[in-house]
Amino acid sequence: MRNPLRTEAEAFGFVLVAAACFCALALAAALGGARVAAAAFLALALGIGVGVFMRSEPRRREPAVWEREPDDGRRRILVVAGEALEAEPLRDEVLRRVEGQDAEVLVVAPGLERDGRWSADGDEARSAAAGRVDEAVAALRNAGVDASGTVGDADALRAVREALRTFRADEVVISAELPR
Amino acid sequence: MAAHAHAEEHGLHPPAANQSSRVDARLLGIYLFIASEVMLFGSFFTAYFFARVVNGPGEWPPPPYELPVYLALLNTCILVSSSFTMHWALQSIKRNHRAGLIGGLALTFMLGLTFILIQAREYTRLGFAPSDNAFASTFYGLTGLHGLHVFVGLNLLLYALIRSIRGHYSSEPHAHLGVELPGIYWHFVDVMWIVVYTTVYVI
Repeated sequence: MRNPLRTEAEAFGFVLVAAACFCALALAAALGGARVAAAAFLALALGIGVGVFMRSEPRRREPAVWEREPDDGRRRILVVAGEALEAEPLRDEVLRRVEGQDAEVLVVAPGLERDGRWSADGDEARSAAAGRVDEAVAALRNAGVDASGTVGDADALRAVREALRTFRADEVVISAELPR
Repeated sequence: MAAHAHAEEHGLHPPAANQSSRVDARLLGIYLFIASEVMLFGSFFTAYFFARVVNGPGEWPPPPYELPVYLALLNTCILVSSSFTMHWALQSIKRNHRAGLIGGLALTFMLGLTFILIQAREYTRLGFAPSDNAFASTFYGLTGLHGLHVFVGLNLLLYALIRSIRGHYSSEPHAHLGVELPGIYWHFVDVMWIVVYTTVYVI
């Protein structure tokens, strides 16, 4: 919902609405007494609520990376590097899948604690995830694969979803057990 | 000077301050301030309604007290008018019309001052004191709290007026924030008075 006091002009509009509501209530009270005023108050509250809802901007869906970027014929693999990552088997698996193709690999390690980001536990999880990313990316680059990596959300599904917003993956490879 | 240029060249200067919010820090400050004010007024309204409910279904204000409803209505009109002059002042500076800005701020200040003088005069003629009973305490508490806000607003307006006379503002987007922020505050004070008037004098 938009803040009604974002600028002076909007705050002034707020004054006008308040003054108009006051006039309507005073008129209703003068003409019909307390019950009519109470009914007018309810009607105004409902009207303002509906008005605010109608004026609120609809949430626009962000276009998917497949809609934003044309297919350049490059094969892209998203690797989710869980806690049980072993760099060499992962490297072999990725090499098997990209053999003979122009390919790009993005390694995402779940590790960013959104809720507990101030705690030392969150820092440990993040640095462990960063270590897994470095290990996997180094193994892939040594094998000649165009690889990059990042630490994603602690929730693996969210980490995948966020990575897929910018990385046009053809395939997702998940390495072993994932933290919950 | 040369050392500074050297630092700039090699990126040795301190990094720019991180701003996590998309809202300007000064604007965010006034929002938080107004939010705290809403809570402050909310507590005073709670006390007022508590006193009223405890009083029972009888007449309110309790006899023999009477409130000058029409004088307060006049004051309401004065304060609402001051919102128009405040808006005019800001619209003027957005069009680089300095005389309009000064005139609008001066008129707003005068109207606000008139409001507070009328309220002070009303206090002297009400015939009851805050220590008399719960009604008197909550009445003076609510209207006095609002009066205090008008007083603060008048100080902000006076400051903005002096700065505008000295030519400190222009139509550039962030060059008139010093008028915009007191304007938001002033409109908030107006809206609060409409609520206070409706609650205390009308209902």
